[in-house]
Amino acid sequence: MSFQFTEEQIKRYSRHIILPEVGGKGQEKLLKSKVLVVGAGGLGSPSLYYLAAAGVGTIGIVDFDVVDFSNLQRQILHNTERVGVPKVESAKMTLEALNPDVNVIAYNERIHKDNVLDIIKDYDVILDGSDNFPTRFLVNDACYFLGKPLVSAAILRFEGQLTTFDYRDKENSPCYRCLFPEPPPPGLVPSCQEAGLLGVVGGIMGTLQANEALKLILEIGEPLVGQLLVFDALTTDFNKVKLRKDKKCPLCGENPTIKELIEYDQSCDMHF
Amino acid sequence: MADIKVDRELDLKGEVCPFTFVKSKLILEQMEPGQILRVILDYKPSVENVPKSMREEGQEVLEINEIGENLWEVIVRKVK
Repeated sequence: MSFQFTEEQIKRYSRHIILPEVGGKGQEKLLKSKVLVVGAGGLGSPSLYYLAAAGVGTIGIVDFDVVDFSNLQRQILHNTERVGVPKVESAKMTLEALNPDVNVIAYNERIHKDNVLDIIKDYDVILDGSDNFPTRFLVNDACYFLGKPLVSAAILRFEGQLTTFDYRDKENSPCYRCLFPEPPPPGLVPSCQEAGLLGVVGGIMGTLQANEALKLILEIGEPLVGQLLVFDALTTDFNKVKLRKDKKCPLCGENPTIKELIEYDQSCDMHF
Repeated sequence: MADIKVDRELDLKGEVCPFTFVKSKLILEQMEPGQILRVILDYKPSVENVPKSMREEGQEVLEINEIGENLWEVIVRKVK
């Protein structure tokens, strides 16, 4: 084993290298790792920021939206001057300025049935920070079919949720559809555009998503598999709920009915 | 010192904490268990901190010697 760190890298990552669980070996793993973040918004902003700071060598970002003033209350990758700029471009600028070691790959497009597998296939870990159910189901199913670990988070009002689905071990990991077999009917679940959101909740949950990703890459600690973490910002409560694998799950159950990617209707088009 | 066979030597003159430890650790990580590293230090706090951190990581600190004016050597055997 021989490390190829520059002087600057030794300084930049010194707090990682000092950790017995990370060391030069772990830092090298991070620099060689590839993480994809879906959505450069309230969740993607903090997760991307920390992943880049940590030296994750390749970071993919998918988003088709442009920066809007209404994003800036929580989406800390962007800024006032970037209003109107594609989010992936704004994100790339911020992350490259933070850490030139990181190769940022921007996908300025909407994820759909025909591109999702191509986008996901080369990454080690996928983080879902999207804001709509069709994307969530599509990303989940694609990760399941490709056997990729998926760190999923969601935020609304004062509440956040987080769990990790490790599809490298399909026998033991529940899937997103064990929790939600199919999308709710349009209009049933309010968007954060309608319901509001305390900006910092995205910061907390997105940061926890980055933490899950780093643990998976470094192979340390225990990933949040089979558990749903629920955060309440008003009481500062973190509760863990057990998630069980559903034998009747349409995707990972005993008699699966979903065998290919499904694109749900995005007609109720809410992006924020 | 005379009968210890040193496998790698690291001159850290001019380096301060925590980089004295960080750089020692990076070299140790690339060595085999049982091998011996000699570190040269001229920053006094590191003479305490480097051996302390090495021990915390489970390495065996064999010797700490003053070898000149404001100059020290720390000799460590890699355990894991």
